[in-house]
Amino acid sequence: MITTVTSFGRSGLYDWLLQRITAVVVAAYVLFMVSYLFSADDLQYEQWVALHSGLCMRIFSLLAVISMAIHAWIGIWAVLTDYVTERMMGAKATSIRISLQLLVIAAALVYVLWAIDILWGLSAAESVIR
Amino acid sequence: MNKKRPVNLDIGTIKLPITSYVSIMHRVSGVILFVVVGYFLSVLDNSLASPEGFASVKEMLSSPFCQLLVWVALAALTYHLVAGIRHLIMDCGVGESLEGGRLGAKLVLVIAAILIVIAAGWVFL
Repeated sequence: MITTVTSFGRSGLYDWLLQRITAVVVAAYVLFMVSYLFSADDLQYEQWVALHSGLCMRIFSLLAVISMAIHAWIGIWAVLTDYVTERMMGAKATSIRISLQLLVIAAALVYVLWAIDILWGLSAAESVIR
Repeated sequence: MNKKRPVNLDIGTIKLPITSYVSIMHRVSGVILFVVVGYFLSVLDNSLASPEGFASVKEMLSSPFCQLLVWVALAALTYHLVAGIRHLIMDCGVGESLEGGRLGAKLVLVIAAILIVIAAGWVFL
């Protein structure tokens, strides 16, 4: 069964390393966001927009979403190539698996583009609070 | 490749050890999180788009159904994070023996369970 063609890095070693690097980025972001929301008592809109308007925060958020997208591509590739196989599902497995992988890749791409729109489309909101 | 090669390992007939369940739950929580990210992005979008959107997100987070949804998402995130940290620790060569692997798997379950209960307190109270 040829599966590497839909893997992210085309090599197991590269995927292995990327999975760990992206995991650390996402973990750092999640821990930051959870501690921010936990410590912010009665968060207000102005404060929330101010946080996400800073360039550092926009870059941190986008890096987290890009990392999540790569992490999910690699992770779900591993899941699909383990379970959606010809041995488990018969001859149709390959076309089902490729379709599901394309769906995941498309969703991951949409998440990244959506995040860019959310984070860099803030100018309208910024003008409201000024 | 000869397609009629015998298959000796039928995972369906094997009683799985605790490490397998911890691993499978890591996968399941990961797949759930990929869907949940879409929900969190829409919440982020609404909360930043306008003061009205921000207010509607705040109001939504006070409804029990949404709180349950957020808690399930946080539970998946917590479990995935704890099990992922175990992977990184094992990559450093710690807990790779049979007994170490079993102990690590148990620690993941206990630590994740404690954090998920704390998350429930944060979301619902």
